[in-house]
Amino acid sequence: MTDKKIILDIRNFSVSFEQYDKGFSRTGLPVIRNLDVTIHEGEMVAVVGSSGSGKSLLAHEILGILPYNATMGGELLYDGEILTKERQKALRGNEIVLVPQSTAFLDPLMKIGPQIRKGKKDRASREKLNEIFQGYHLKEEVQNLYPFELSGGMNRRVLVSTALMGNPRLVIADEPTPGLHMDMVRRVMSHFRELADRGAGVLLITHDLEQALEVADRVVVFYAGTTVEDADVSDFGSEEMLRHPYSRALFRALPQNGFQFIKGTQPYVKELPEGCPFGPRCEQCIEACKGEIPYREVRGGRVRCICAK
Amino acid sequence: MRRINGRMMTAALLGAAVLFLFVITVAGHMYAEEALVTDFSRKDLSPGGAYIFGTDWLGRDMFIRTLTGLSMSIQIGILAACVSSVLALILGVLAATMGKTADALITWVIDLVMGIPHILLLILISYAFGKGFKGVVVGVALTHWTSLARVIRGEVLQLKEALYIRAAQKLGMSQLKIAWKHMLPHLFPQFLVGLILTFPHAILHEASITFLGFGLPPEQPAIGIILSESMKYLAMGRWWLALFPGLLLVFTVVLFDVAGESLRKLLDPGSTHK
Amino acid sequence: MVLEAKNISFRYGKGSRQILDDFSLAIENHERVGIAAPSGFGKTTFCKILSGYEKPDQGEVYLDGQPLSSYKGYCPVQMIWQHPEQVVNPRLRMREVLKEGDGIEPCIIQGLGIEEDWLNRFPAEISGGEMQRFCIARALGKRTKFILADEISTMLDLITQSQIWNFLIEETKRRQIGLLAVSHSMPLLENVCTRICRLDEK
Repeated sequence: MTDKKIILDIRNFSVSFEQYDKGFSRTGLPVIRNLDVTIHEGEMVAVVGSSGSGKSLLAHEILGILPYNATMGGELLYDGEILTKERQKALRGNEIVLVPQSTAFLDPLMKIGPQIRKGKKDRASREKLNEIFQGYHLKEEVQNLYPFELSGGMNRRVLVSTALMGNPRLVIADEPTPGLHMDMVRRVMSHFRELADRGAGVLLITHDLEQALEVADRVVVFYAGTTVEDADVSDFGSEEMLRHPYSRALFRALPQNGFQFIKGTQPYVKELPEGCPFGPRCEQCIEACKGEIPYREVRGGRVRCICAK
Repeated sequence: MRRINGRMMTAALLGAAVLFLFVITVAGHMYAEEALVTDFSRKDLSPGGAYIFGTDWLGRDMFIRTLTGLSMSIQIGILAACVSSVLALILGVLAATMGKTADALITWVIDLVMGIPHILLLILISYAFGKGFKGVVVGVALTHWTSLARVIRGEVLQLKEALYIRAAQKLGMSQLKIAWKHMLPHLFPQFLVGLILTFPHAILHEASITFLGFGLPPEQPAIGIILSESMKYLAMGRWWLALFPGLLLVFTVVLFDVAGESLRKLLDPGSTHK
Repeated sequence: MVLEAKNISFRYGKGSRQILDDFSLAIENHERVGIAAPSGFGKTTFCKILSGYEKPDQGEVYLDGQPLSSYKGYCPVQMIWQHPEQVVNPRLRMREVLKEGDGIEPCIIQGLGIEEDWLNRFPAEISGGEMQRFCIARALGKRTKFILADEISTMLDLITQSQIWNFLIEETKRRQIGLLAVSHSMPLLENVCTRICRLDEK
């Protein structure tokens, strides 16, 4: 791993939701159980997990915008210090920028231009915005429109522009590209890559492993609320390089790698098995997999599997 | 022991409000005869042990009269609000589904009714229907459907374009079945909350036009009648004749409002897990 | 049986861009046709026209020689969408969602890995991948003759994608259902389809 400074360090992190079942009984839903991610300066890390694995909550937590019925545990360090609510508030939008999943994050009552410039009217920021918009095939007139007047794809490009406006140190992109065309996806990804090359840390949260492999430096594989593997992108070059059986299954499911699948589905948060969440679908599963499983270093990466060598 | 949480509190509040309103209605009904009993041996008594709300110039028990009046108000309120909400449902759905002309016509009527001051329209309609119980109910019902009709119209218009409804059409589901299976479950919570929040309006408006003399006949112990009669005696220092019935009317209205709000909180997905 | 789009032209409202211009395509019921087209081709729009969700400005869709619009009730051409949550009523339990389909056989439910327990849940309580399985099952009713799959696995993880496609290939083979697959991923189309229709030049 790099010797560069760690920007974001998330250790043994968990999020659970208080929810009502039928009637009046309240239960906690442990949506995220064990999450570990580190991001260095100038590094692009992709957290890859299927829908319903709880990965979006990671972004919301870093920015402190989790809904009212969530409780969390574990450690969240930004720049080596604990990220408190106050710091989140101060950093959000300046040093830490979110490119959210939903275009509903745009203020519907504010024109696009001022919204992205955050009210700044000086020439430099105007010119910068024009430049960014040109790169995304957005006409200058768009700046004088309201979000509802734009198509979904246009709004998405507008959202991405927000990240490029300032000089963020940490960019969190939560599924930034659904609904965009492939060439636009590539362009957006190349911009995130550029931000990372200029020294920012980029956290890309996605379900799309192929996309992640194209741009990221490291891939964190997320399964049923748990990070199971932290691997270098090059490790995805062959199956033997990967450490966790789930990562290997993902590898084999790629159309170009055989299009094979394993049976079963990711367990529902209410019915998580003891110990390793992947256990019931794993061929190597042994009795010890039902216990506590440490996140340990194996061959330069990290893995949460006791069988990995 | 289970901790009391937000949903329990809200549900308890809703239950208490409904129970209280129910008790008032039933009690008022049971004492309907007694409310008319005059007894000059006990006239003009100020509030005290035997007659907690006092008695009036004919020696009628104000507590019982107030209860009966409220009971009457609640019954009229419920009846009028129900008629009004059903009207809103029908017109709202028709506006959204029966094409442009129907929509324009119904929207025009909504604007028209909303444009005229409620109380004026209410008086006119009540008078035209010969005042009394029928006049008040029809009057209140015909003036309170507009905003709910608008909400329902908007909701149905939105639902019609929803992809899952288009998909159901492609799966060969009949219009009727789509309305029943897909649309109704969305409209029902809106409708129910709208219905309950119409109650307080209906009750207040019933009381107002009765107070003004265009509503229920003077022999009825309605809150409006009680209040307007007691006006004459206020100057003579008999404050209790107006104070207690007035307070209880406000209390009843607030209870309905609480019930409606609690229900909305429980049904609204935005606050359901609080 | 053949599903035929003849000389389709379409645009959304006057003044907007011409999305489809005199486009034709025919699919046989034993084929799996892939569409790989550059962005802005209007692949979703084309699927919507083929399954009758939109009416083309010009041209006509024919199923077995008859205009598709002449089929009343159950539409034999069923579309599966990219975002399953948009085509499922959030207030219906998944069991009810399945019942909307045309007599879905138990082997389909089993083949898609739908678990008994999911049937009692509401759409908000299952993941996108699980919901997409329901949408696929629902579209595979008895009278279905053609399936249009518009980027159906774009939002899903690789394992679910592989499970779903492998099932769809088997099922369409077994019942001689024609399949049109739209995807941005060439490797995926190469694995799934019997014929790929490249539309690089419009």
